[in-house]
Amino acid sequence: MSISEIFEEMKKSIIEGNREEAARLAKRAIEEKLDFNEVIERGYIPGIQKVGELWEKGDYFLPELISGAEAMKEAMAVLEPELKKANIQTKSLGRVVIGTVEGDIHDIGKNLVASMLSAHGFEVIDLGADVKLERFIEVATAQKARFICLSALLTTTMTGQKKFLKMLEEKKLREKFLVLVGGAPVSKSWAEEIGADGYGENAMIAVKVAKELLKQ
Amino acid sequence: MIKTVRPKLELLSEELIKKIIDEALLILEKQGVFIENKEALLLFKESGMRVDDEEKRVYILPELVSDCLKSTPSSLKLYDRSGGKEYLVGEDEVHFDPGSSVVAILDPKTLEERKPITSDLIKLACLTECLEHIHFQSTGLVSSDVPEMIGDSYRLYIGLQFSTKPIVTGTFRVEGFKPMYEMLVAIRGSEEELRRKPLAIFDACPSPPLKWSNLTAQSLIDSARAGIPSELISMGLTGATSPVTLAGTLVQHVVENLSGLVICQLACNGSPVIFGGSPASFDMRCGTTPMGAVETMMIDSAYAQIGKYLNLPTHAYMALSDSKIIDAQAGFETGIGAIIAALSGINVISGPGLLSFESCHSLEKLVIDNEICGMAYRLIEGISQRDEPLARDLLEGLKKETQFLSLPHTKKWYRVEHFFPRLVDRNTYDAWVSHGKKSIAEKAQEEVERLLRQNPPKLLDQALQKELQKIMLNDARSQGIENLPEIEIS
Repeated sequence: MSISEIFEEMKKSIIEGNREEAARLAKRAIEEKLDFNEVIERGYIPGIQKVGELWEKGDYFLPELISGAEAMKEAMAVLEPELKKANIQTKSLGRVVIGTVEGDIHDIGKNLVASMLSAHGFEVIDLGADVKLERFIEVATAQKARFICLSALLTTTMTGQKKFLKMLEEKKLREKFLVLVGGAPVSKSWAEEIGADGYGENAMIAVKVAKELLKQ
Repeated sequence: MIKTVRPKLELLSEELIKKIIDEALLILEKQGVFIENKEALLLFKESGMRVDDEEKRVYILPELVSDCLKSTPSSLKLYDRSGGKEYLVGEDEVHFDPGSSVVAILDPKTLEERKPITSDLIKLACLTECLEHIHFQSTGLVSSDVPEMIGDSYRLYIGLQFSTKPIVTGTFRVEGFKPMYEMLVAIRGSEEELRRKPLAIFDACPSPPLKWSNLTAQSLIDSARAGIPSELISMGLTGATSPVTLAGTLVQHVVENLSGLVICQLACNGSPVIFGGSPASFDMRCGTTPMGAVETMMIDSAYAQIGKYLNLPTHAYMALSDSKIIDAQAGFETGIGAIIAALSGINVISGPGLLSFESCHSLEKLVIDNEICGMAYRLIEGISQRDEPLARDLLEGLKKETQFLSLPHTKKWYRVEHFFPRLVDRNTYDAWVSHGKKSIAEKAQEEVERLLRQNPPKLLDQALQKELQKIMLNDARSQGIENLPEIEIS
């Protein structure tokens, strides 16, 4: 198999959302001592881009979208220790701290966004569900994160997002982070009202919004 | 006279019901459920169940489930504010109530969503009071002009003052139960009397899959001990937070509901529980939870059938729509849902008035939905033999000019046999034109105004109003809130 054939296989594994295959090919890349940057740039990334295109076109639905992201994650997990060993810096679009706000134990929406962000080149630190507002700040500060993403599924817990932004203001940390909010009851007008930097109505849009914010 | 058949919809065979329940029992025993509430975990330990404190997971044996099913009443009664009128919640009785706890209202003037304020809550309660086919009220709107900490008690405070109908409600915080309970007790006069004549249902939603949060488990425990019926609102989303197949989601639904039922029975043996839910067929394209999807309604109808098989009162979120405005989608989704729900004999049907995935209320839609509910009630009355013979005598001596309009028989039966909606358009084209070519949404707007103008609110008596106000203010102050919005009674 030629190198370009291997890259083609990698791309295919992501498009098909085949986690085992994506990981197997990553291991093969290590064994065959391929250029890791090339593996990522020419193999896997075109795959996740294609998944995004198919989603935009309406051919892919959420199960395919998320399987693609998971396959990407799986491949990267295999490559990462090697990247570290070889001291190779991969391009990260920025560090993201994400979680569902306190009082809310729903995390499906948050998980989708976390997977999509990480598949698209963000470094994601997932704090899970029912996360104390202070903890977002602690971790984001310690990890020098660029983004803080707050999820809430309940109308009763989305107010935590408002509290959080107030808390950032009070601690004079508002300028340090880009804050994204999401969740079933959350809307654009809510995001504007509480002074968040962005809102995405679904996981793909969240990625777009995050990328747009980086440009500004 | 021949006995009237009550039309019925049953989607599941008995064989499939048994299989679903068997799997659910196995999951309860082998996988267990997560319960993030210390008191509930303790109750399970005391009943001899295996509890993993680290994981906050309990494994529930089928014997305990079976005992708890036996101790749960198969039906319950709700009473209106005066305690005089009773409503059976059980058997195949059907009661509609406006969907609960939404944070937006559709403004009829701008046709856009906005945040509800106290006056909207008052209007919703007053309007519900005069709608014949909406038997219960609900704390359907969360008021944006009071701090969110007291959002739960405040909506009950308004509902109880402006409508006499029994009320479907629930807590947003553990401390919310106390003031809400106090208000209900104040109206009944004593805790005992409230237990004897329940006025409210408290909803509690597990988090799929198989989780009871601290708040919801506490609501179950508190309600059970107070004799307040708990409505279990399990809400799996197919392929997202529950299995993608309808039958698979039904298994999870039964596991969640049965675990909630056991918590209630352990807290207080014999406490009333309603087998309910708000699951949805998750939309894989938009990532949304369409309540108007036919698969959502199929899951609802089917779990209600299982609830009935288990001899429990039932509930569902049906007769609502995902449309954002009052349009054809709003009508047909609500209509299909109301009909399926009624045919399924679901006891409490929450939904009328709701748009946009249970997130927005519309008073105009509520009055339209009232007519849909009226039609659903008519449908389930079925076709009866009213007299003997049926028609032979009426056609005796038939002549060419025979008509029925002036017959006493017609006068006697036409209002009983036929339902007359007010808003549905049945005019000829010309009559419709001469009435201003109005859509049902436009007529509904006028109807809301007419109903509110012509029906003065049925207020609580002054002494009770004061008492409720005191409870509400105490609750507000305990949260550091000094003032509540002025309540204007128009």
